[in-house]
Amino acid sequence: MSRSQPQLRFEGSKDYIATPDLMLAVNAAINLQRPLLIKGEPGTGKTMLAEEVAAALGLPLLQWHVKSTTKAQQGLYEYDAVSRLRDSQLGDDRVRNISNYIVKGVLWQAFEAEQPTVVLIDEIDKADIEFPNDLLRELDRMEFHVYETRELVRARHRPIVFITSNNEKELPDAFLRRCFFHYIRFPDKETMQRIVDVHFPGIRQALLNEALEVFFGLRDVPGLKKKPSTSELIDWLKLLVAEEIPAEALHSKDGKVSMPPLAGALLKNEQDMHLFERLVFMARNNR
Amino acid sequence: MLIDFFLHLKARKLPVSTREYLNLLDGLRQHVCGQSLEEFYYWSRICLIKDESLYDRYDQAFGEYFKGVTELPGLAQELPEEWLKAAARKYLSPEEQARLEKLGWDKLMETLRQRLEEQKERHQGGSKWIGTGGSSPFGNNGTHPEGIRIGGDSAGNRSAVKVWEQREFRNLDDQVQLGTRNIKVALRRLRRFARDGAAQELDLDGTIAATARNAGWLDLMMRPERHNSVKVLLFLDVGGSMDDHVKVCEELFSACRSEFKHLEYFYFHNCVYESVWRDSRRRHSERTALADVIHRYGPDYKLIFVGDATMSPYEIMHPHGSIEHMNAEPGAAWLRRLLDAYPAAAWLNPEPERLWEYRQSIGLIRQLVAERMYPMTLDGLTRAMRALSRKH
Repeated sequence: MSRSQPQLRFEGSKDYIATPDLMLAVNAAINLQRPLLIKGEPGTGKTMLAEEVAAALGLPLLQWHVKSTTKAQQGLYEYDAVSRLRDSQLGDDRVRNISNYIVKGVLWQAFEAEQPTVVLIDEIDKADIEFPNDLLRELDRMEFHVYETRELVRARHRPIVFITSNNEKELPDAFLRRCFFHYIRFPDKETMQRIVDVHFPGIRQALLNEALEVFFGLRDVPGLKKKPSTSELIDWLKLLVAEEIPAEALHSKDGKVSMPPLAGALLKNEQDMHLFERLVFMARNNR
Repeated sequence: MLIDFFLHLKARKLPVSTREYLNLLDGLRQHVCGQSLEEFYYWSRICLIKDESLYDRYDQAFGEYFKGVTELPGLAQELPEEWLKAAARKYLSPEEQARLEKLGWDKLMETLRQRLEEQKERHQGGSKWIGTGGSSPFGNNGTHPEGIRIGGDSAGNRSAVKVWEQREFRNLDDQVQLGTRNIKVALRRLRRFARDGAAQELDLDGTIAATARNAGWLDLMMRPERHNSVKVLLFLDVGGSMDDHVKVCEELFSACRSEFKHLEYFYFHNCVYESVWRDSRRRHSERTALADVIHRYGPDYKLIFVGDATMSPYEIMHPHGSIEHMNAEPGAAWLRRLLDAYPAAAWLNPEPERLWEYRQSIGLIRQLVAERMYPMTLDGLTRAMRALSRKH
């Protein structure tokens, strides 16, 4: 819990474009040692952020992927009572010491690490509604009590905690109050250009311009169930590059409206696909 | 420091707490954010606002406050210049500060606008043009105490609208996203956990008890996983007057689908008659007899109707009253059969509650469902779920 550790700063990385407000949020979380809750449209790089911060700061990353059945306790430790019972049947000596059967969870590992760590609690909204409440003290004081061995585990270095949420559940107020919050906005065209440049340095400019235009046009189609996101754009570009589709193919020649090639990479929902096909069809008939 | 700002946010119904306010000050003390108002805007948002649907309200409140402050003489000294100044003192001599202070807020904005019009290309250094470095009040990394940071990395030709005045989160504030989530939370009242199905989970307590009984020899006990066992039968009115309510119904439907494992849904038009359908496109070819529905799904299902109950009373009370086909029995008879088969029932009506008493058909349906009609608001939904989860 030393506050005198050298000031760490995150400035984005060569694989990850961070907007100034995101960098401010990350650096605030690092310096004030509070968890940072990240929300945003799917595919805007919420999970990647923790990985990139860990890599950029040279700190180990501990990931805790939350599922609907995950309990808060599992992040601290689990008491493997069954194997202890089995060992006692076999007369194993280990059975005398209960701590042999305590399995450390992600938070415990982070708390006892020799250096500060980055902890990612991914998709916290997937778990039960009480899950965040069960972690209040742990995230606030960075300590917890192990009932089986009657010891108190306290963080040597407060880990940098990132929490992502997809908005499937409301998070409790008490939990929110202990976090910083940042909503990753969908990148504008310029930021998007930088993101694409990072991923495909060699992409031909003409193709990229056309592709971005098609992409943002598609996001504007009203009534889409799932709008294409950054990760889908990157997948689509990968396909375009791999298939060597020329830039002209993306351009609607002589005003004729057509489906963009490989549209399946952008629209993942068959209803959206139908809607889009219908719109294209209608646009064609109007000419 | 900043107490007024904090109270202003509170007055604008933003859920901010003292603890977060102290965090905000702590961050300022530790220089988390730089000296510009924009960074302060981001920092206080990170610290105080915990839901993107509140971003727009925050943008407005922030705009009001920081505009208001500079317009009121006397208050102007208090905020946020105080910390801006503290930071500026490091870089500027007192004379320079005094000179820069002469440029008031309005003047600053006015000059900014002018210069943006004049400026056509990227600029760096110097003391007048917008760019990076230098002591001009506009641009990145400047040393002017009232500096306004413009745009991202290049301040070049981008427009200098203040971030909070763009109100980019306006569409996040609409009720769509919020709607589905709130609906889900309301529907969650209907949860009833039970253990049935295959035994997959280790029952630790049971195992220990069984092992002890077994004189210490391990006896593993398994039990089925706990899950929501509520079963829901949903009848949705489609077409006609319901077209106005398509959006809210879609939201309810998608929330129901993700919330209940056992959800059966059927569509009807205006009133239920002898058959309903599941797929609107094939509604005329593939219909399910209502009698089959009643026989297939047991009385432990909760019955929920969604409809505006707005139609001609004939459609409910008389044979051949349906506007679509010749119905041998009146809708009321079929409705009664359903209600008899399923003791737990509710009717959700998207029409506002205050209009109900003016529509005869709504009154009839309310009588038929024994006053268990609820408006399709969050409150109504909560009431409906509470009524449904009562023991029958």
